[in-house]
Amino acid sequence: MDNARKLLMIAPEKCISCGTCELACSLAHEGEFRPSKSRITVYRFEMGVTIPMTCFQCDSPACVAACRTSALVKNTESGVVTINSEKCIGCRMCEMACPFGNIAYNAVTKTPMKCDLCGGDPECAKYCPTHAIEYVPADAAVSKKKYEFSAKMAAAIGEGNK
Amino acid sequence: MNGWTGTVLRINLTEGTVQKEPLRTDDANEYIGGRGLGSKYFMDEVDPKIDALGPGNKLIYATGPLTGTMGVSTGRHDIIAKGPLNDTLAASNSGGYFGPEIKYAGYDMIIFEGKSEKPVYVFINNGSVEIRDASHLWGKNVPDTTDILLTETDADAKVSCIGPAGENLVLFAAIINDKHRAAGRTGIGAVMGSKNLKALVVRGTGGVKIADKAGFLKAIQDGRAKIFANPVTSGGLPAFGTNVLVNIINEVGGLPTHNWQESYDPDAEKISGETQAKENLSHGKGCAGCVIGCGRVEKAHGKFASSGEGPEYETTWAFGSDCGVSDVNAVLKANFLCNELGLDTITMGSTIACAMELNQRGFIDSTITGTDLRFGNADAMVEMVEATAYRKGFGNNLAEGSYRLADSYGHAELSMTVKKQEMPAYDPRAIQGIGLEYATSNRGGCHVRGYTISPEVLGLPMKMDPATTEGKPQILKVFQDLTAALSASGTCLFTSFAIGGDDIAAELTAATGVTYTADDFMKIGERIYNLERLFIMKAGYTKVDDTLPPRLLNDPIHAGPSKGTVSHLTEMMPVYYEERGWDEDGIPTMEKLEELGLSAYAL
Repeated sequence: MDNARKLLMIAPEKCISCGTCELACSLAHEGEFRPSKSRITVYRFEMGVTIPMTCFQCDSPACVAACRTSALVKNTESGVVTINSEKCIGCRMCEMACPFGNIAYNAVTKTPMKCDLCGGDPECAKYCPTHAIEYVPADAAVSKKKYEFSAKMAAAIGEGNK
Repeated sequence: MNGWTGTVLRINLTEGTVQKEPLRTDDANEYIGGRGLGSKYFMDEVDPKIDALGPGNKLIYATGPLTGTMGVSTGRHDIIAKGPLNDTLAASNSGGYFGPEIKYAGYDMIIFEGKSEKPVYVFINNGSVEIRDASHLWGKNVPDTTDILLTETDADAKVSCIGPAGENLVLFAAIINDKHRAAGRTGIGAVMGSKNLKALVVRGTGGVKIADKAGFLKAIQDGRAKIFANPVTSGGLPAFGTNVLVNIINEVGGLPTHNWQESYDPDAEKISGETQAKENLSHGKGCAGCVIGCGRVEKAHGKFASSGEGPEYETTWAFGSDCGVSDVNAVLKANFLCNELGLDTITMGSTIACAMELNQRGFIDSTITGTDLRFGNADAMVEMVEATAYRKGFGNNLAEGSYRLADSYGHAELSMTVKKQEMPAYDPRAIQGIGLEYATSNRGGCHVRGYTISPEVLGLPMKMDPATTEGKPQILKVFQDLTAALSASGTCLFTSFAIGGDDIAAELTAATGVTYTADDFMKIGERIYNLERLFIMKAGYTKVDDTLPPRLLNDPIHAGPSKGTVSHLTEMMPVYYEERGWDEDGIPTMEKLEELGLSAYAL
């Protein structure tokens, strides 16, 4: 994998459950504010824990492997798993194959709905008010995560040494 | 349509009928939606003298054209009814995720009429509307009711319901949506209970369209930039929630304690936002489309161990300083109980505080209350919340609110209410403008009709001296009109710390395709305010009721930063009436009514 490639980093601990990502996504893809047709979905649990779920653009996508008409393709350059609706026969195998439930099916257009990273400028990341969703180079994202975790450990050790 | 969905749903619970009507677009243009449009429909359909708990009252869920969009914190809805606590036109505002779901299901407003014979709930699944039996839910609290309904309808639906307090017609029962968000004030939960309506469940998979996508995104980017640059909306509120105010208001000497006998709490730090952030906060939370995130998810520890959302500042004050309680865990527990049982926290806390003063002065004692209602007795306070919701023992007296309680023992002056509704956590002796707001708010003691704390304490949008009356009538009118229009649009009040009428007018214009200037927007707010004023005057209120409890007018604060001050309400009132275009009896002049297109509603 090309580590300079960008990825959507989702930090649930920063998420405030507002669902702005769903609004931004549906406006971009459907032309209206319609969370039920968003490519990202916010799941709200008790005690304020919230997880926004969207396609991970896997390197070995189960959806692509399951697609019998090559309608779903992993673009090796951008890393995005894209849908060619002309080739899609609406069998919904991709929906069943995705281990995370990140492909939905639009019964009206008769094609799967999934995140396309908005062609390289994801609206969800652009409008997230708390930076819980960021679109960042993979390398930087991982090292940032590592740093943040080590900082937490350092604080805990510091507390223990007092 | 754009912004609006264009459809109003009318459900008659007596007949069991459901009707879909086209939205009255002329009225929508002139009243926007939410509190504005809902009140307009209400005024046109309901006699102001109707019994608030009788079948003639209506209950209107109203959204704004921005509700459910990506506008700047526009996830709000209003519930309009005549409130049984004080017979005013209640428009109680709530956040969470419920309002947008109404829009996604395809409706701007849902109007409930009449009274069902048996307990029912209504399930709206997009175009399908069912009135269903709710006998298995009657008696259940809010979280249980919500969980059962999500299981038997649709896991992705949203629920707005009452708890036992609403069923038992507690006069300050709230309607709670998404388990934790309250349309709290003036007792609209009892209106829902009086109709035998346990819950409204909504699932919507449709969308909200907007007229001008580029213009809308530009408007919200401009508004968001102001929110993110403002110290209150980007700093204090997300970090500490509204509880950031505990220390701030205490330092002004305006935090009422012991049922407003004092106005400085030496123990305020123990219940402050800073303390809660350290000891109790699990997670910050925002309502639908929120860019601020003031919501709190908190945990109480020790013998009061419990969890849930909140408390808000006014709740922390009501169960904390006002009751002389400094145990933050007891405050949290009382707050969570109010959400579970469906009670307004401000009136609940203040009514207990009033009972504590009646007890302190020997007008009641433990033979009447069945408990030791000393100031500071956290156990008794928590016990009384539950007793009130079920009208058990002395709880049956508390369930009537502090005015009727104190009056029944011959001491109405100890009820800290305006127009029979309990005032929130800001002492008008220390902060003059908020006293004028309490006295003139169209639903009685209330801070969210014209939040002058913003200029008087927080210095937003400009700093005003809290101790003086200069300029307060003028700024209050601006805040009252702005707030009315802002609620009508579906926007959260807290945006107004950072953005103004011009920003929201720009969002509305782009969303609806109807042109609104900042002046139009403020004029709409003024129209709504005057309409509400006419309603309460027709319901029987007069200028005599535009006042404050005698304690605030006559008894100087004993100690703390505002020692020695009283409210100078009488100086401000004539100036306010004049500023509003009302005569010396506080009645809108014909000239003003004609200017606002309200002459048909003249007294």
